[in-house]
Amino acid sequence: MAQVARSPKTYDVCIIGSGAGGGMAAKILTEGGLTVAMLEAGPQVYPEKDFKMLMWPYELPHRGAGVGGRASENFGEFLAPNGAWNISGEPYTSAPGANFQWFRSRIVGGRTNHWGRIALRFSPIDFKSGSRDGLGDDWPISYEDLSPYYDKVEGYIGVFGTKENVSSAPDGVFLPPPKPRCTELLIKKACDKLNIICIPSRLAVLTRSINDRAACHYCGQCSRGCVTGSNFSSSQVLIPPAMETGRLTLITGAMAREIMVGPDGKATGVSYIDKATSTEMRVNARAIVVAASACESARLLLNSKSSSFPDGLANSSGTVGRYLTDSVGSDGWGIIPQLEKMPPHNHDGTGGMHMYIPWWKFDRQNDFPRGYHIEMGGGRDLPGVGMFNHLCHNVEGYGAPLKQKARQSYGTAVGFAGRGEMIPNPDTYCEIDPDTVDQWGIPVLRFHFRWSEYELRQARDMQDTFRSIIETMGGEYQTKTRIEGQYPFGILEGGKIIHEVGTARMGADPKTSVLNSYCQAHDVKNVFVTDGAPLVTNPDKNPTLTIMALSWRASEYLLAEAKKGNL
Amino acid sequence: MSEKSSGSSGDKLRSDSSRESGSRLPSAGISRRDILRTLAIGAAGGSVLQVIPAEAAEYIHQLVRTEKGTAASAKYTPKYFSAQQYATLIFLCDAIIPKDDHSGGAVEGGAPEFIDLLTSENEKFQLRLGGGLFWLDGFTSDRYGKVFLECAPQQQKEVMDLIAYRKNAIKDPTLSQGVAFFALLRNMTCDAFYTSKIGIADLQYIGNTSLREFPGCPALPHES
Repeated sequence: MAQVARSPKTYDVCIIGSGAGGGMAAKILTEGGLTVAMLEAGPQVYPEKDFKMLMWPYELPHRGAGVGGRASENFGEFLAPNGAWNISGEPYTSAPGANFQWFRSRIVGGRTNHWGRIALRFSPIDFKSGSRDGLGDDWPISYEDLSPYYDKVEGYIGVFGTKENVSSAPDGVFLPPPKPRCTELLIKKACDKLNIICIPSRLAVLTRSINDRAACHYCGQCSRGCVTGSNFSSSQVLIPPAMETGRLTLITGAMAREIMVGPDGKATGVSYIDKATSTEMRVNARAIVVAASACESARLLLNSKSSSFPDGLANSSGTVGRYLTDSVGSDGWGIIPQLEKMPPHNHDGTGGMHMYIPWWKFDRQNDFPRGYHIEMGGGRDLPGVGMFNHLCHNVEGYGAPLKQKARQSYGTAVGFAGRGEMIPNPDTYCEIDPDTVDQWGIPVLRFHFRWSEYELRQARDMQDTFRSIIETMGGEYQTKTRIEGQYPFGILEGGKIIHEVGTARMGADPKTSVLNSYCQAHDVKNVFVTDGAPLVTNPDKNPTLTIMALSWRASEYLLAEAKKGNL
Repeated sequence: MSEKSSGSSGDKLRSDSSRESGSRLPSAGISRRDILRTLAIGAAGGSVLQVIPAEAAEYIHQLVRTEKGTAASAKYTPKYFSAQQYATLIFLCDAIIPKDDHSGGAVEGGAPEFIDLLTSENEKFQLRLGGGLFWLDGFTSDRYGKVFLECAPQQQKEVMDLIAYRKNAIKDPTLSQGVAFFALLRNMTCDAFYTSKIGIADLQYIGNTSLREFPGCPALPHES
């Protein structure tokens, strides 16, 4: 092995990962006066060079399909850079039948550069759902504990929305919402007839300028990354203020391998591979914040074995990697002939839905536990690769009739995405693969994943709902799903929704959880985890807002403990 | 040794349209390089939250358009297909999306170049499209004693009418490879045309620009 280069400096904190959870910790900790070294496995991001905002497809030779058409698998060439289901040299494996999909973004800001910006609070019941229906466990904290931090996060990053008083979707600190699109008005009309709640969505996009950031310019391309920083990304909204303190040292191309532990059982620093020089390096710190994304954090803890912690760091409970969940996902779409009559108009808006359907059947008896929300899209979007695949399949032929049909059908498709809560099950977890290492020699994750009846019934309910909305709109539902097979009712493979959480959950009992209610490891007082890993449940709300609220809360606690000399 | 980075390949791909040439718009005394430098200050972490207004974003957009518009379009040399295959490809692209009263066709929209480029990079496409073109010539040679391009227009139409529909392969399984070939070619021709300037205009898409406010829906159509 190459020699280990030691930095003589000892930082107050080493943060591993620069996404939502790591970025938030960096901001709070450096502003609180601590010195921080942040390890990021990918490169720096340069929005003006890396983001393809406002670019037309014909300005790229591959038109968005990517080299060999392969970028289409990773949401296309226009996506903010360095996100992929598979990264060369850094594999992961799945146990037979699991087929888990893991989307990673190795770059400063991580997946927040491209994420959907859907910023939903968990509701009060989400923290106590175990008590209510007897499935799984309650959180060690309540909505009231987290609510002030939701307020702070929303106020700082900027989230639009409206006060609606829907119990499954708590209101927050909101900027005004953008006007609905035509497609969304039609969906809303249908939902009103069906007694489905349909309200303005809640996205981390600035409809007004706040905190010296420019307001949205409504190009509809948030996923490409925003050069004006008008939507939330860790790289543009959290890392810069941390840098401004002069106390953040950002180390890119740094693949964390192991958290080192001293004779007193406390963490002393992090050993990492400097990718540029293929050299093993070490950074010393008085406290460690692990925020590498739920599964990557579990991998790091499990790989941090020592005589004090033979089963991995902070894993005396044996639950690191367990309680893994992703959101239940099933999608559907239809064609709305009425939309053929719409005159050409700008339909772009923000880079996401302006309306959405929160979980609306919370007061009913359903044949599955918990609930789901529905996201929506479609209409006169910027044309892109793949947009007419379905038309080609349906009408076939060629020539003038095909061209005429494309013109006529453009903008008439409406799509839905159901995103629901998965109940943790004992067959779904990640562990270290005993046979495989990555190109740096670091043992990789092996995933186990199984949907249960609960999730399958939820997916069926999603499909039924999509169909009823499309048909109420006078449209024709296009999605065909099967009842049999591994993925009935269009349920997507585990991991596909990119909401994987829960691999180092918090809890009051050190025997059944990894972290306490402040995201601090029960076993190692100077180790914290602030990404999706601490989440006890994975409600139908996208996890990013909650990750940031938890990270802010954990960071304040860490600051206070540091001042008391407890770390 | 670095990880596979779409960022670096992206730069290469964009080099034709967004080269940092420092070229200036006639109406403005500020170069693309200047704008990018200003942006870099805000983004690289040196300065906090220094973001550019939407007007500047639109200005970059204009610059890219201008540079793209003045780029000389040199004659294209196929990267993968033989000259004869490429001629057949052009014929088929034109047949799939022809010029009409509204707009030009797929050839003007750059479909043959796009398909050749992607095929040169992907073995799957090489088998399905490269192999498909061989299949087509073999099929017409058997049927009419000539390769596809040398067939009479009526014969060419007959063949395309056969391979443009799945139902024909159900009746005659010997057509199934041709149908699969044509389906992929049709998808990729549409991809190219509807991501081209003229294809986007044909759909009357309006957007990909900076707005101060989003106007919302102009007026819903009356329910029939």
